[in-house]
Amino acid sequence: MRILVCVKRVPAPGSRINVTENGLNVDTAHLGFTTSPHEECALEEAAQLAEQHGGSVSVLTVGPAEAEEQLRYAASVGGNEFTLVLNDTGQDWDPQRTARTITEAIAQLEADSGVFDLILFGNESADAGGYQVGVRVAVALDRPMVNGIKGIEIEDSSLVANREVDGGLEVYSLLTPAVLGVKEGINLPRYPTMKGRLASKKADIQVAQIEALPGPQQLVRLHRPEEKVTETEVLGTGPDAASRVVDLLDELGVL
Amino acid sequence: MSEFPKEAQCVVIGAGIVGNCLVSHLSDMGWKDIVLLDKGPLPNPGGSTGHASNFIFPVDHSKEIVDLTLESQRQYEEMGLQNTCGGIEVARTPERMEEFKRRMTSAKCWGIPSSLLTPSEVKEFVPFVSEDVILGGFYTPSVSAVDSLETGTQMRKKAQDAGHLAVFANTEVLDIETSAGRNKPRVTAVVTDKGRIECETVVIACGVWSPRIAEMAGATIPLTPAVHQMADVGPFDVLVETQQELAYPIVRDMDTFCYERQTAGSMEVGSYAHRPILHRVDEIPSNEEAALSPTEMPFTADDFDQQMEEAIELMEFLGDGEIKYAINGLLSLTPDANPVLGPTVEVENLWSAAAVWIKEGPGVGRLMAEWMTHGYPHVTDPHGADITRFYAQQRNVHHIEARAEEHFNKTYGIVHPREQWATRRGVTNGPVRARTDALGAFYFEAGGWERPHWYESNADLVEKYAIEGREHEWDGRWWTPISDAEHLHMRQHAALVDLSAFQIFEVAGPGVVSYIEKMVVNKCDLPVGSSIYTPVLNHSGGFRSDLTILRLASDRFRIITGAFDGGRDEYWFRQNLPGDGTVHFENRTNSICTLGVWGPRAVDLLSELTETDLSQTSFPYGSHQEVLIAGIPTEMFRVSYVGDAGFEVYTPMQHGLALWDAITDAGPPFDLRPVGAAVYGTSGRIEKGYRLMGSELEDEYTPLEAGLARPKVKAADFIGKDAYLEERKEEPCAQLCVLVMEDLTCDAGYERFPMGAGNEPILTADGSRIVDVKGRVSRVTTAGNAPSIGKYLLMAYLPSNLCELDTKLLVMYQNETYPVKVAASGANLALFDQSNERMKA
Amino acid sequence: MSGVYVIAEHDRGATSPATHEAFTAAAALAANLKELVVAVFIGSFDSDFEATCSQYGISEAVILESPLITDYGPEVWGQAVAEMVNLRRPRVVMAVGTDKGNEVLAQASARTETPFIANCIQVEHNETWSMTRTQWGGSLLEDVSVEGDLIFVSYAHHAVEAAASNTQTDLTVQRIEVGIDPSLARTLVRERALQAEGATLSTASVVVSGGRGVGATLLSGKVGCSRAVTNNGWRSHADQVGQTGTRIAPEIYIACGISGAIQHWVGAMASKNILAVNTDPEANMVSKAGYAVIGDLHEVVPAIAEEIRRRREAV
Repeated sequence: MRILVCVKRVPAPGSRINVTENGLNVDTAHLGFTTSPHEECALEEAAQLAEQHGGSVSVLTVGPAEAEEQLRYAASVGGNEFTLVLNDTGQDWDPQRTARTITEAIAQLEADSGVFDLILFGNESADAGGYQVGVRVAVALDRPMVNGIKGIEIEDSSLVANREVDGGLEVYSLLTPAVLGVKEGINLPRYPTMKGRLASKKADIQVAQIEALPGPQQLVRLHRPEEKVTETEVLGTGPDAASRVVDLLDELGVL
Repeated sequence: MSEFPKEAQCVVIGAGIVGNCLVSHLSDMGWKDIVLLDKGPLPNPGGSTGHASNFIFPVDHSKEIVDLTLESQRQYEEMGLQNTCGGIEVARTPERMEEFKRRMTSAKCWGIPSSLLTPSEVKEFVPFVSEDVILGGFYTPSVSAVDSLETGTQMRKKAQDAGHLAVFANTEVLDIETSAGRNKPRVTAVVTDKGRIECETVVIACGVWSPRIAEMAGATIPLTPAVHQMADVGPFDVLVETQQELAYPIVRDMDTFCYERQTAGSMEVGSYAHRPILHRVDEIPSNEEAALSPTEMPFTADDFDQQMEEAIELMEFLGDGEIKYAINGLLSLTPDANPVLGPTVEVENLWSAAAVWIKEGPGVGRLMAEWMTHGYPHVTDPHGADITRFYAQQRNVHHIEARAEEHFNKTYGIVHPREQWATRRGVTNGPVRARTDALGAFYFEAGGWERPHWYESNADLVEKYAIEGREHEWDGRWWTPISDAEHLHMRQHAALVDLSAFQIFEVAGPGVVSYIEKMVVNKCDLPVGSSIYTPVLNHSGGFRSDLTILRLASDRFRIITGAFDGGRDEYWFRQNLPGDGTVHFENRTNSICTLGVWGPRAVDLLSELTETDLSQTSFPYGSHQEVLIAGIPTEMFRVSYVGDAGFEVYTPMQHGLALWDAITDAGPPFDLRPVGAAVYGTSGRIEKGYRLMGSELEDEYTPLEAGLARPKVKAADFIGKDAYLEERKEEPCAQLCVLVMEDLTCDAGYERFPMGAGNEPILTADGSRIVDVKGRVSRVTTAGNAPSIGKYLLMAYLPSNLCELDTKLLVMYQNETYPVKVAASGANLALFDQSNERMKA
Repeated sequence: MSGVYVIAEHDRGATSPATHEAFTAAAALAANLKELVVAVFIGSFDSDFEATCSQYGISEAVILESPLITDYGPEVWGQAVAEMVNLRRPRVVMAVGTDKGNEVLAQASARTETPFIANCIQVEHNETWSMTRTQWGGSLLEDVSVEGDLIFVSYAHHAVEAAASNTQTDLTVQRIEVGIDPSLARTLVRERALQAEGATLSTASVVVSGGRGVGATLLSGKVGCSRAVTNNGWRSHADQVGQTGTRIAPEIYIACGISGAIQHWVGAMASKNILAVNTDPEANMVSKAGYAVIGDLHEVVPAIAEEIRRRREAV
């Protein structure tokens, strides 16, 4: 089974996210970077599928040269092949351009080494959260695509994918090649081992340049929402407060 | 939630281990109105305490640090928050095995049971260590891990329960207000985002943020935030199955600068080996901006890879552990790696309690409380941690960062007691630097000043005086036989010493006599032209300093002190100036150059250059006069710290070079040589048994014990007088002695030379530690060769019953013992020219 | 190009609560743009959708029909909307930014090569479109401009409070048979299953979370934990509440002995109510919570559990 996971390098901020003076970027001066959490889970899912069913895990990212860090991280948790499509403009491309770039990158990868049975995206990126790149890629490739996936199993020649909805699960059955958008909670992503980390430094990373048409969406500026101020109601002190707490639970209808 | 106070006696900023422990001790010592603030939430406001590894290795070479560590362990234990798991330092190199011998010596000195282990013995304690990569271990059973957050919580609670403390978390300090004080600004209020608190005293215990908070008041706390990387790796069955937080001793892999500490099922691997990564305070994110806490900064994995490889070498299973949590943890580094404690130089009643490790936290809490309550602490003499030790040129970010960068990788390093800094050299030079350079001076740094320690130009004297080298590389490091040759040359001819680093203050004004009498033990109201060598005491009667005072005029005195003590002494003299403006203080260090000329031919030489009669009769020992030397105005002071006749010659800085040239030009007929500080500060001094501040003299000891008490006590009042009078009622229980080493031969058959670094214990003939009735351990305070008498000498305090001449004892050096015997005690400790005939010639 | 077309999200005919939000937002946007609202229903309906429309002052609805639309399927639904767009040339197609709302809009916009702006809180049109949308799960806002005649937008879930209009309107309903590529039936829901094990942390209505040392489970809720606990290997990553752990939005989140390190707070801030139990009234979580009990969690939590038991038995 050939699996491709598309990941995005994103900053790892606290609850207060600062914006650069020109308003066009998150101020990352003192932030670390990570892989979007949904994608971290996608990567884990891919690694597990490859371990169970055989196959390989390719990892693709579009981003600055520094996104190599996320590919090496992927290498330390089960990735096998790595492609970085360089965007050195210092800003994310709009979702349509990103999707076109990824589509083209996949076409090139598949032309070289065959079709991916499964392409995994995160449900949405942790930062921009555009909710569309994976879908656009799937539509462009004319492959089945379902988002919000919290479980993947392989049954015979098809993929069974579960999606969590109110009160239960929806079950989808897809023939490969297919595309899925994965959600955090599908698994517990492993942490890299020390050996894995050390080995990842030797991973071979292909760097590609792809020109694609931009879409009409433009970032004007980023800013912070106004902060909510809460006044705390103290229900009591010590065990004596129990009665008022249970009153509250009762009011909220959760008893 | 309690009302935000409008006033308080004392505001402590920072609820980390230090702030929490401090408020508890302040409360115990009678402070009743304390406010503790932190901008973060409790119990972990986000500073360095929150991510500390929390383990304590008590053995250190520094007495001050050990005192604080043992006191801290005592407090943690008392609270039941200490887990004594033991700890092993392992060596991968022969150099480290040597260092372990030094550690054994320190352990013996401080009475901390420790032992050396073979690799297989290490493996018995820690079965998953790879024996083949280590040469041995240094085991200390009393190594412990503590719960610093819970300790802080309980400390706060204790003070709150006593009704002495109000705590406000999530409260950010915006400003510290000051108003004009007696001699400098004085704190009046702390302004926060929750309100303004008027207060008498403010303590900054904010760890890495301390410089920023101090700056609000116009003060400096010289430290820099720096990264210490650590990673939590696991889980491992071998650890999980112990079902304990810490079942195995903590391992420090000393040669890779790493440690491995069990935390339940996983192992924390920490490092001091990566490149120094320093941050500016303004780069630290707020609680809200930080992904973890402000001081748990993003892990830079590339910096840690080598440490991972080395950790796997030592404990193979680590390679399969998942890296669950990894941070660039921030801690505070000062220019010399010691804490910064005590009253700030710039602002009255503003205190610093920063750059403190978990292992010293509760001890520092008590020490600071004592200091604030009694004027000076008793836990230990915080001489090396006193924030006033730094000079202005050592308080800027350039210096702080350069030095922090240099010493970061020495955290687990093997640092020689005489080791010199490599960075920020040549910043403070005397006026004769060009001449001393030309003579091949090798400089040691003294309080920031470049001071020639010896001169390569004197290399020819080594053969002339038949000085031998030292067999062991460690003994000969930062040392040269040239120094002993310079010494002997001085004893036979004449020597010129560059004393530009002397710290010189002048106090003047109508109130100066009563002021100077108040400051020092010995009587100063003597005729103009007199000099006074005197102890300076703390209120409790211990040594604060010793220094020399010249009466320049009826209303003017000059105070001369050593290069290492200028900062502390200036603070003290300024701090105690009368508030009425009747005394003016001036630091003249940068405007006065001092040269010393000593030796049997010194007076003759100087006489060639002046019309003034320099003979003892008209210019007796201890007196000073204005003299023209080769037409250069000077103040000459007949005195000697080296045991030969001669003068200290002071001249305005702009004449320093000309004075040097005039003296050296006249030198050849007298065979004048320049000699370095090794002679001035050690060999010359020790032959005469002269005491040195910071070595023999410290707060723990009194003038009586140091042999510096005069027969009578002056009538005038002075700081420490009550305690001093009390002390004089009884015979001292310990006395400073000089000991002669009877045999320097080590087990390997060659001679060894103790350093006098403070950690070498004097032992009884049967090898037991010697502790006096006040609990003070006998240890070498100075060690040095006495070339004139062909002996290697040690100075040490001994309990009075062991002070008798010829008492046979042992000294431990590098974990071996050597026979010594008492050669002098009491006031006159000179073994060379005991009657001082040479100096008065 | 005219009309604000709003997708009614429904589960096999039952309109979801989010649809009410969508209708409310659509009415406001349409008024702004001086356009009419058209409600879009996909597939077959049992429920009284007409009443729902009329409740929100919607006078026109289209029902997209195809024999292939037997259930939810992102591609089938997306293709249906795309077909409708080609037929009706709307100015805006919108939905609420639920998982499915965003998915359908993404599918339809991809199929029509049209921009899609997800999770907006404000949409305006002057010479170009300009909108404000959420990033970082709401921690940051992004102003964007978009050129074009037709756009797809979703409104951030919970950004608009559903508000019925008072105007009574007659509803015109048009059924549109949309042509759908039969192959797209490949992503129809095949079957439904009940959740295997109880509530997950992210869906529980009560989450009780403890820092170091909380053992009690309460109210058969879900026990979460703060980073200090997971980092010590006591609980798994998925049980961790925080920015890189699970984000929770229960009816009530009971934070026991948690100081409220910020990353924990971020994971919990979508909770509808927060009750902090803490000995320290100054603890961060206390000041951020709506409700607080000051006391030792080891005493307070058992007392609450006991009180619940007592009341349940009394019933």
